[in-house]
Amino acid sequence: MTSPGWEIFKATFFDLGYGVEVFPTVIKGLWINLQLTFIGGAAIGVIALGLALMRTTKSPALTPFRFLATAYVDIFRGAPLILIILLVGFGVPALGLSGIPSNVIFLGTVAVVLTYSAYVAEVIRSGILSIHPSQRAAARSLGLTSGQTMRFVVLPQAIRRVVPPLLNDFVSLLKDTGLVSILGVTDAVRAAQINASRTFNYTPYVVAAILFLLITIPMTRYTDRAIRQRTNAQNSEGAI
Amino acid sequence: MSNVLELVNVRKSFDTELVLNNLSLSVPDHTATVLIGASGSGKSTLLRCINLLETIDDGQIFLDGKEISDPLINVDEIRRNLGMVFQSFNLFPHKTVIENITLSPIKVHGKSKDEANSHALALLKRFDLSDKADQYPDRLSGGQQQRVAIIRSLAVNPRLLLLDEVTSALDPVLVNEVLSSVRDLKLDGMTMVLATHEMGFATQVADEVCFLESGSIVERGTPEQVLRNPVNPKTQEFLKRVHQAGRL
Repeated sequence: MTSPGWEIFKATFFDLGYGVEVFPTVIKGLWINLQLTFIGGAAIGVIALGLALMRTTKSPALTPFRFLATAYVDIFRGAPLILIILLVGFGVPALGLSGIPSNVIFLGTVAVVLTYSAYVAEVIRSGILSIHPSQRAAARSLGLTSGQTMRFVVLPQAIRRVVPPLLNDFVSLLKDTGLVSILGVTDAVRAAQINASRTFNYTPYVVAAILFLLITIPMTRYTDRAIRQRTNAQNSEGAI
Repeated sequence: MSNVLELVNVRKSFDTELVLNNLSLSVPDHTATVLIGASGSGKSTLLRCINLLETIDDGQIFLDGKEISDPLINVDEIRRNLGMVFQSFNLFPHKTVIENITLSPIKVHGKSKDEANSHALALLKRFDLSDKADQYPDRLSGGQQQRVAIIRSLAVNPRLLLLDEVTSALDPVLVNEVLSSVRDLKLDGMTMVLATHEMGFATQVADEVCFLESGSIVERGTPEQVLRNPVNPKTQEFLKRVHQAGRL
């Protein structure tokens, strides 16, 4: 605070009056981020679960699906998200297919879903693999089918185990939805950028950062508490 | 007396290692067959093969006269009539005691929740565990967990109960409460195949004792014959070692 540039820095980044002025446009952009996150998140959950189940299946009849799922994960986890957004965002409309919306928000969401499904599938898969085979043996010996075993015994335990990394992915999903702005979508970051480049005052960035933190920090705290409550109920050593 | 279970010349290997070698066994209704033998002699594999958790390479297994070793058979349907209790309990940690017990009756046997719950509560009462119904398994002692596992396998009224070293993971004090539960089942006429290291217990419940060595039954007979007057030198040697370890 004693640095020579402090006064200028304060005026450029923490201009309260300007912050209040740009607040409505930034929050409007943030609403786009939130929509993308929740709609995309739901789609990612479903697709990732499907991929994880395909990758962990041992049934010989489903081997082709296992290969396909593995190839999918390899490709979409390996390619940069920003490239996928550009390829889908500009490539799909160029195909001129009828029936597929060329709305950039839609295409941006598709690109994010494609990539994140690969990440989340691997997290869920690691959860499934972490469940000891004896749990499966116990369930099967009770007459449960392999599907029932997965649904009632393996998945509930697996998902619970991977809640922290899933939350991690959820938070980075919220932040990465900002990348769809390269297709021309005005999300919170883009809205802040537009304002900042107009006035050379960077307060909108700080406003956007604070808004993101206001969502992500309570979300993290809430999940931590939920995990702790669950652990305490199930484990006698929960306090350690 | 009809045979509930019949094994004919069963062979099983893991890779190149032969774990069950031409093994034959008959288990009549309402009897208990006890498998003894050193670790690695094939006791657990045998039980897992009967429960179709492992497939056999050769031979046949019959349950109530029906061949269940047929590769085309619906394994889920066969397992509905078999109960299995594991050495490490294998209760589902995310489910309460009563949910553990009622999972199969509700999802596999199509019972209503009320019906399954009342049956489960009756079993819990019988095994003196009524107050644990809504607890999670991790809050229970090892002996209590194993008794819940036994109840869980009983809840589907199995034709045959398989018990795989059910007391090996318990301390000596807790062993007794589990063994006494198994003894009660024997008195009820439950047909059982048990693998155990508890020779005293084997003497009490067994109608037939089979001594396994390298995947074969090398000696079989009444507990009196096999445990008190073994004729096979391998059985004698095994029992001597058990005796030295203070387990007889």
